[in-house]
Amino acid sequence: MFVAVMLILVAVGTVVFHIVSPWWWTPIASNWGYIDDTIILTFWITGAVFVAVILFMAYCCFRFRYKEGRRSEYEPENKKLEWWLTILTGIGVAGMLIPGLFVWNQFVTVPPGAAEIEIVGAQWQWSFRYPGKDGVLGTSNVRLINGDNPFGINPDDPNGRDDVLVEGDDLHLPIGGPIKFLLRSVDVLHDFYVPEFRAKMDMVPGTITYFWLTPTRSGTFDILCFELCGTGHYTMRGTVVVETKEVYEEWLGEQETFAQTMARAGSDPTRATNIALSGARTAAVDDRLAQ
Amino acid sequence: MVDAVQDQDDFIPPAEVAEMELYHPKSWLTKYVFSQDAKVIAIQYSFTAIAIGLVALVLSWMMRLQLGFPETFSFIEAEDYYQFITMHGMIMVIYLLTALFLGGFGNYLIPLMVGARDMVFPYMNMLSYWVYLLAVLVLLASFFVPGGPTGAGWTLYPPQAILPGTPGAEGGIVMMLVSLALFIVGFTMGGLNYVVTVLQARTRGMTLMRMPLTIWGIFMATVLALLAFPALFVGAVMMTLDSLLGTSFFMPDIAQFGEQLKYSGGSPILFQHLFWFFGHPEVYIVALPAFGIVSDLISVHARRHIFGYRLMVWAIVIIGALSFIVWAHHMYVSGMNPWFGFFFATTTLIIAIPTAIKVYNWVLTLWRGNIQFTVPMLFALAFIVTFVNGGITGLFLGNVVVDVPLSDTMFVVAHFHMVMGVAPLMVVFGAIYHWFPKMTGRLLNVPMGQIHFWVTFIGAYAIFLPLHYLGFLGVPRRYYELSDISFIPDSAQDLNAFVTVIALIVGAAQILFLYNIGRSMIKGEKSGPNPWRATSLEWQTPQTPPGHGNFGQDLPVVYRWAYAYGLPDATEDYVPQNLPPDQITSDYDNSKLSKPIAQAAE
Repeated sequence: MFVAVMLILVAVGTVVFHIVSPWWWTPIASNWGYIDDTIILTFWITGAVFVAVILFMAYCCFRFRYKEGRRSEYEPENKKLEWWLTILTGIGVAGMLIPGLFVWNQFVTVPPGAAEIEIVGAQWQWSFRYPGKDGVLGTSNVRLINGDNPFGINPDDPNGRDDVLVEGDDLHLPIGGPIKFLLRSVDVLHDFYVPEFRAKMDMVPGTITYFWLTPTRSGTFDILCFELCGTGHYTMRGTVVVETKEVYEEWLGEQETFAQTMARAGSDPTRATNIALSGARTAAVDDRLAQ
Repeated sequence: MVDAVQDQDDFIPPAEVAEMELYHPKSWLTKYVFSQDAKVIAIQYSFTAIAIGLVALVLSWMMRLQLGFPETFSFIEAEDYYQFITMHGMIMVIYLLTALFLGGFGNYLIPLMVGARDMVFPYMNMLSYWVYLLAVLVLLASFFVPGGPTGAGWTLYPPQAILPGTPGAEGGIVMMLVSLALFIVGFTMGGLNYVVTVLQARTRGMTLMRMPLTIWGIFMATVLALLAFPALFVGAVMMTLDSLLGTSFFMPDIAQFGEQLKYSGGSPILFQHLFWFFGHPEVYIVALPAFGIVSDLISVHARRHIFGYRLMVWAIVIIGALSFIVWAHHMYVSGMNPWFGFFFATTTLIIAIPTAIKVYNWVLTLWRGNIQFTVPMLFALAFIVTFVNGGITGLFLGNVVVDVPLSDTMFVVAHFHMVMGVAPLMVVFGAIYHWFPKMTGRLLNVPMGQIHFWVTFIGAYAIFLPLHYLGFLGVPRRYYELSDISFIPDSAQDLNAFVTVIALIVGAAQILFLYNIGRSMIKGEKSGPNPWRATSLEWQTPQTPPGHGNFGQDLPVVYRWAYAYGLPDATEDYVPQNLPPDQITSDYDNSKLSKPIAQAAE
């Protein structure tokens, strides 16, 4: 009796907790509402199974509790019942999988004409690169990274000359249009995630990964690193500002291009130099760790 | 010349020692320390695994203290925190759960339940334990090398695992990799034993489809482990080479902290494939023995045959096979080709079907049973609750697009703790309460067991259920502290503090469990040979605890499956596997079923 009651309490308590929990999705700020819908669907299907199984157990524990001299029923198999349960489970699983795969198909298919923005991860900070007026990002290589060229942009690639570099500042995004994020890491694994956007992807040194989304709500959101990247992992934060196209364009126009950066640094951008990064960057990281 | 050969043939040297005497150990050292008896090896494995598991438990308290009460404990720096989570995870998964289920329960139960005198390669079995112990010692030693143990997370992802900026990159990571390699060597010696024993040493009448599900689970898990561990082994060797010799298996071009490193051309994702090709079957290496054992606990204590035995066996086999083609569901957002997501989501959700069938058959075993709420049964019921809970959250994470927002959040932490932490541990506890009488001849104290159960079950559920919801919110895992994140409300911090308090209470309840074990070993009530009135062979041994050689003079002969409970015509509500058919209607007496060996009688 006690056990049956406790099992019912667990089932009911779980459902009640689900309903009253103050911890739930952040309000969505991208086009990936489909992901939320798939999760709600999954909740309904799995939640029903969970409650049904526990309540069935509770009933058995009450109804078939030990009685001296009672014999259990001897029915080793019931083909019909087993088939039905298998088929119903299959239907339930398909009901979650098929919508999931449809949404995944959208996730991996970048719409033509999506704006490209590069996110660069390094221990333990974010940097951003916009393609500039030509709309094309210049090629890059980790081996070209030095104090004057922290992004490792290929100085010989004309596409890179007008690229806009943002280091140690916020990421700005225009609202309403699809954006393909090209993700690059220069050292270890990182992961670019803004919970309000729902979409994330690891950044892997040696390769460029991507995902896409359309910002649908203006505002300021946190960027967090979501793949363990060393002691400073939890300090690897950033800010994304989603704003109207006009405000965004104005902000973009104020930023320095790669060519301007190199000119200011007083070096010829076509001659790769091998100066180690200034100590400033590592000192900044040390400061944050010491906090 | 011919005559001489004839003479040789005729010559039979006199037996200096009786044959049985050669078989039995003669000194204290060979009986209790360097023992080749699977039962002694099982207890050695279990004690070592539980001891190292307690270290991991303490590590979890430390990390919970930091999460619950950040900026309170000056001795937990970020580096320490990452070392705690890494060592906690690796110890719990490999050195506790794998070792305990296979080395502990596998060694104890396989020979006894299939009706064998011992494992087929006893010497190798002994060696298996000592190599495992060495692996544990190397792991512990990594706490004392300069820089401490590795803090790369239990997944040990390169490049960061072997680079500065991650704790333990100086030496801890190499110690970890060496320890893992040793573990795998030791496991392979034991694992070959378990498989060959099940296939070759079953007693007369013990067909594969009469084996208790415990043995099916352990057998299949061992097969998985023998096939999966090599992937981890090569991964560990390759990463050791990357770390010590500067090879670039997993290391691409890297510019770290403004410095160009010498590595070039390797693939970090290759390691992830190797790790998870091992890592996903590993989930089932832990789960399948738990599935098997819990089936037997439910059947014995509900006094009813397991429902749908044949389907249960096939489910174990199918889950085992499928577990090798789902591994990349751990890597949906790893940057691998996203088109793989379609395949791995499909295989992952398909594996839910045989798993669900197992759950149905467990609860259908309760139906029209005669359920005794013994402590093992309580733990078995709690297993079903926590496993169903953790299983359905697996359907969230396995469905590729749902995983995108949830991966690397606290939802993942909550999911795998529920499904492969809490649920298997419920089975471990249930199994210890169940088989302790066979191992010692004494019962564990019941009121203490009930307190231990309720605190552990309700506590663990209260710890991990709410953590899922922090994951929905977007709280990341592996964060030393969560201050200044705009979307995390203060209430999340209160929840973390609550979870920490519960975790400490649940931890304290384990002290009661250990006390119960220690006390009952000496003062516990005598159990007799078969206190649960169970049918499987380990309960029919002539001695309790069973002597060396397990079954006395003659090996038992098996006439039926292990689930003859509630048989309509039988005198008792259970019919032992080795009871001759003509005696089903007479009163059973264990002493009639097997004769003790005179020499070993105590």
